[in-house]
Amino acid sequence: MNTAGLARLRTKAREALRLRANERPVDGYEHHALVCGGTGCISSGCRSVKNALVDEIRKQGLEAKVRVIETGCMGPCNLGPMITVYPDGIFYEKVAAHAVESLVAGHFREGRPVNRLLHRCPDTGKVLARLPEIPFFNRQQRIVLRNCGIIDPLSIEEYIGRDGYAALAQVLNGMTREQVVEEMKKSGLRGRGGAGFPTGLKWQFTLQAPGELKYVVCNGDEGDPGAFMDRSVLEGDPHSVLEGMIIGGYAVGASKGYAYIRAEYPLAIKNFEAAIKSAREMGLLSIDILESGFGFNVEIRVGAGAFVCGEETALLHSIAGKRGEPRPRPPFPAQCGLYDKPTVINNVETWANIAPIILRGGDWYAGIGTGKSKGTKVFALAGKIVNTGLVEVPLGTTLREVVYGIGGGIQNGKSLKAIQSGGPSGGAIPAAYIDTPIDYEALAALDSIMGSGGLIVLDEDSCMVDVARFFMDFVQDESCGKCTPCRIGTRRMLEILTRLTQGRAGKEDVDLLIELANTVRKTALCGLGQTAGNPVLSTTRHYRHEYERHAVEKQCSTGACPMRIGPAQADNAKKQGGRS
Amino acid sequence: MPQQEPLYDHNQLTSYIEAHRGEPASLIQVLSQIQQAAGYLPKPVLVEAADALGLSLTEVYGTASFYAFFIFRPRGRHGIALCNGTACYVKGAAAVKARLEQELGIKAPDTTPDRRFSLDVVRCIGCCALAPVVTVDEDVHAGVDPEKVPGILEQYK
Ligand SMILES: Cc1cc2nc3c(=O)[nH]c(=O)nc-3n(C[C@H](O)[C@H](O)[C@H](O)COP(=O)(O)O)c2cc1C
Ligand code: SF4
Ligand code: FES
Repeated sequence: MNTAGLARLRTKAREALRLRANERPVDGYEHHALVCGGTGCISSGCRSVKNALVDEIRKQGLEAKVRVIETGCMGPCNLGPMITVYPDGIFYEKVAAHAVESLVAGHFREGRPVNRLLHRCPDTGKVLARLPEIPFFNRQQRIVLRNCGIIDPLSIEEYIGRDGYAALAQVLNGMTREQVVEEMKKSGLRGRGGAGFPTGLKWQFTLQAPGELKYVVCNGDEGDPGAFMDRSVLEGDPHSVLEGMIIGGYAVGASKGYAYIRAEYPLAIKNFEAAIKSAREMGLLSIDILESGFGFNVEIRVGAGAFVCGEETALLHSIAGKRGEPRPRPPFPAQCGLYDKPTVINNVETWANIAPIILRGGDWYAGIGTGKSKGTKVFALAGKIVNTGLVEVPLGTTLREVVYGIGGGIQNGKSLKAIQSGGPSGGAIPAAYIDTPIDYEALAALDSIMGSGGLIVLDEDSCMVDVARFFMDFVQDESCGKCTPCRIGTRRMLEILTRLTQGRAGKEDVDLLIELANTVRKTALCGLGQTAGNPVLSTTRHYRHEYERHAVEKQCSTGACPMRIGPAQADNAKKQGGRS
Repeated sequence: MPQQEPLYDHNQLTSYIEAHRGEPASLIQVLSQIQQAAGYLPKPVLVEAADALGLSLTEVYGTASFYAFFIFRPRGRHGIALCNGTACYVKGAAAVKARLEQELGIKAPDTTPDRRFSLDVVRCIGCCALAPVVTVDEDVHAGVDPEKVPGILEQYK
């Protein structure tokens, strides 16, 4: 296929998507019913709802009028199974299989939305029928998630109909490698995998590195517990990642790419595999893409469950079939990466940003966000928050807007205690800082980090000492053991934190804990060890009084840690028939 | 004791290995396929894999044992994985774990004597929005509380 062929295909594909743009269709359909098929929704039974929907539509003789499409994650995972019906984008939530009959009769046959399945404003009880009326959706700006929940992830035609592969065509038809890199630099995009390194600069280093053979790698390990945006993008819009990788390959002069996806994400692997296959069939992944002379190929490598494998040098070892152990940097992968060749490695979300930046220009992207944090960021909302799921907002949006405006506030009328960001490498931001704009610098100033974008909301029942213990347990468990400060240091810290939560540690232990955290930070080999102390440093900074209470009074006011049976635990113990 | 079914189809596993003969870099791929089919990594199969890929058995073990994903002993017919990632921890995974262990009469990471269930604790399966999460085989059970545990186990014979 050449560029003209792609353009023809796009025109046709757009026609099939007209209903979803609230335009009159040309194919006779009156409705598109989109069923969310993200992993979250699958666990709440969306597959049986979808089957029931298809059956019922057939039973009521509406197959020619209603098309059912299974999409990737729509975002608000706690509302599944959910169905969005076009035109108008009418949003149905918590649809049970037995409600499908009345939905089909009501909405599709008689043309009136079924009131009781619609979303309601939690405060006023007013029905909010359409997506653009619902705060969860209308306060977002979706670039990475532009197609998630809107298209069938298994259909390359639908992706093409939404401007898919147009950026690739533009790049291959008249942009030099340097121009592509320049556009990325202009955009100000920073890597979304955690460290926030400028993507354009990384590409430039790889482009300028000497050598014929270069590689492109997609980091889909997503080891950070509490983060699931990479999974949702790979599942819900795999072509956006694939297109980004091909463009990156062209820009740095690589002809081979690897997508490293963790084995715990079977649906992501399956959908990405399908994307590769259909791109090959269309000639978008070939030795002569769009007849431009540029050739590129992508393969999947399955990760095998070790947090440290997400670290870039460890990941490259793992792709090569070895133990996923980090090595010292420099040399950076841009110089010496996979099989010792120059390699550009970026995160899933980073790759999904590339095509829109090319299509709309680096300046457009740089116009979104703040200071040194440009563009949008996807956040995974979880914990004690009303609306859980994925949201994408411009950087610089305040925590308040995300937690209350979009997230609907704290569950069960409790009060917010902290927001944990950045996972095991991050920290807890106290409720008092709720008006902080979310950007790389502002979070760092509060001893936390952006990380991959997990936001775990903690309410008044959380014990911050126990939260620190939880993370230390995690990193201690996940340390690869290659260097002593990390291997021994995290173990000692875990011991102290455990003793604190059991009422067996004193004040001097808290000081020792902080000293250890700082030492490991300075002496560990890779990012895992270097950041392992962060949850300790942030909680001792913001919640020193809680530590003192544990150390001196041997008490925990929340009852969440093993030391004392507080109200929450007594409750649980009762539920379990006396076991505690 | 009832006759145990054969644990895996040897020919199938051999075919995965043969597809990558002479490619040491494919080790993890091959191991994943074997484990997916057999449920664990049987030693005789690892010996074959080492030979075909051109690695020593020590290298194969050294790499495989590094990854939490790989297991070396047969597991139960149904694999239960309890998530203890951050979101699940915050939402009470500990109580769910206690109940699972109570119902099954084993501690993670063990297998029940009748080989019906194995119990593992894992770190985040990416379903954090619906925490706490337990998977049984391929099924994800979300929003689990201790009360729901017996009902979930009931579904797997
Ligand atoms: C312990 C550790 C774990 C990491 N895990 C991931 C991960 O799961 N996914 C990811 O994209 N980056 C992860 N990173 C960051 C990568 O090393 C690397 O910075 C990133 O993939 C670069 O891509 P980006 O520039 O697009 O962010 C991890 C880093 C460390 C130190
Ligand atoms: S810091 Fe920890 S994880 Fe990183 S290399 Fe050292 S021991 Fe391994
Ligand atoms: S923390 Fe349990 S699924 Fe992510």
